Amino acid sequence: MFDKIFPPKQIVLPNGKTVSEKRSRTPLILVLVLVAVYLSIRFTNFEFMVLATSGHEFFVIINEMIPPKWEYLPHLWQPLLDTIMMSILGSVLGSLVAVPVAYLAASNIIKSKIVVMVARLFLSILRTMPTLVSALIATFIFGLGTLAGTIAIFLFTLAYVGKLLYEQIENASMGAFEAMESIGITRIQAFRYAIFPQVLPNYLSTSLFCFEGNVRYAAILGYVGAGGIGLLLDEGLGWRDYTSVGMILLMLAITVFLIETVSEYFRKKLI
Amino acid sequence: MDAIEKQLYAKPRNNNYIYIISVVILGLMIWSLFVIDFGSMEESGWTIAKSILSGIVTPDFDFLLDFTTQGVMYLLVETIAIAFLGTIFGAILAIPLAFLSASNVVPKPVAFITRLLLIFIRTIPSLVYGLMFVRVAGQGPFTGVLTVALISIGMLAKLFVDAIEDLDTSIFESMTSIGCTTFEKIRFGIVPQLTAMFLSIGIYRFDMNLREASILGLVGAGGIGAPLIFAMNAYRWNEVGSILIGLVVLIFIVEIWSNHMRNKLVRG
Repeated sequence: MFDKIFPPKQIVLPNGKTVSEKRSRTPLILVLVLVAVYLSIRFTNFEFMVLATSGHEFFVIINEMIPPKWEYLPHLWQPLLDTIMMSILGSVLGSLVAVPVAYLAASNIIKSKIVVMVARLFLSILRTMPTLVSALIATFIFGLGTLAGTIAIFLFTLAYVGKLLYEQIENASMGAFEAMESIGITRIQAFRYAIFPQVLPNYLSTSLFCFEGNVRYAAILGYVGAGGIGLLLDEGLGWRDYTSVGMILLMLAITVFLIETVSEYFRKKLI
Repeated sequence: MDAIEKQLYAKPRNNNYIYIISVVILGLMIWSLFVIDFGSMEESGWTIAKSILSGIVTPDFDFLLDFTTQGVMYLLVETIAIAFLGTIFGAILAIPLAFLSASNVVPKPVAFITRLLLIFIRTIPSLVYGLMFVRVAGQGPFTGVLTVALISIGMLAKLFVDAIEDLDTSIFESMTSIGCTTFEKIRFGIVPQLTAMFLSIGIYRFDMNLREASILGLVGAGGIGAPLIFAMNAYRWNEVGSILIGLVVLIFIVEIWSNHMRNKLVRG
């Protein structure tokens, strides 16, 4: 289509042969991006003037956060622990449940196309749902509190680990699996002894990685009432108590950093 | 005992290590169980669950296909616009930061300080930035753009740095030897190596920003999040259903498109 509108450039070589060089598509892509930027600016009422006149207020808020209020620290331990516990429980349960779902979604193990389709559709829908939205729905069903947050983290972990796991299962080498099946072992047993050991290191590493991310997500779930430290963040920002917010953010950064370091150490060891 | 069995038993065993790790994980899990209080679950939970399900199964189609400024379609376009503009601004801001934190471009201390700054930008949750920007620019999609731009910087810069540190520097020597100027070296030596990677990273981040933009509405930063939470608080589950369907379909399409484009970019 593009080549018909802008015909390729013909170059005649010294030996009389003609070579055609396709025109660059960069200008077309640039024009499209510029049009999209213009439309987006119209849609979002983007104004540099606002940024220039009141942009400094952002830094005022940050300035007020420093130094953080150390006396606030004793109030923080319980919600922080809640946040970590929510993410541990949600991640462990989610990655455990992900195994059977990934088994059902792997097309090289399950022969029925309908089962595979349904399992994959289920995983896709769960994965595209933003965590905060599922937490919001969970608070309506399970009431305000940590249970709703745990459920939201559980669902996200299930979807994320499940998707990566079924892709790994499909890439695993099938030789041992077929050999075991041919000597009369059931499919589930063959999966357990032939495929599972192959994907195990990757599965554990994915689960750990997901856990890292979940600690961050869990920190904001409290905003919709799903327990954890997010509730305090919301309160602090609402009352413009920025020194406390600074303290919360500092603790959160330290926690996330520690968990990431530990998990990275184990992930390097696994692979 | 034949040769095969001997080999099997000769395998190094680290069972103790595995047992200890399993016990630790199990212990952590049991400890975490205490966080759940089932007391908060009310009787009305099941009825609400049922009405949510029926709302999603029978969405409000007029609302879903409404193209005026109140309808789902308009809100989705607004969400896309927020994510798109945020990604563009975030990428523009991330490129200098990435060069400043690449250890093969600037001295080590500079790189270290920039990295620390990027880690801090990354750890603060997006909703906090959203709430802070609402104070600056008021409620509306403009705040969403600012927030998305700021939160994309952290991850974009980190991935850009990896691409920059992987640069093939032997090309510069050959270009110097044939007498290229510095500008030519940058234009024909560095830019072609980086464009594909940078574009691919940008598209990936756009995909993630779309999710961020869809929840930023909860703090009043434009997009589809605000109508969603209003509809939920008013128990209008049919509207919730149509918003969720629109959102899931949109994110799904963008994800497929982004995977396709990134495959094309990386494989050339």
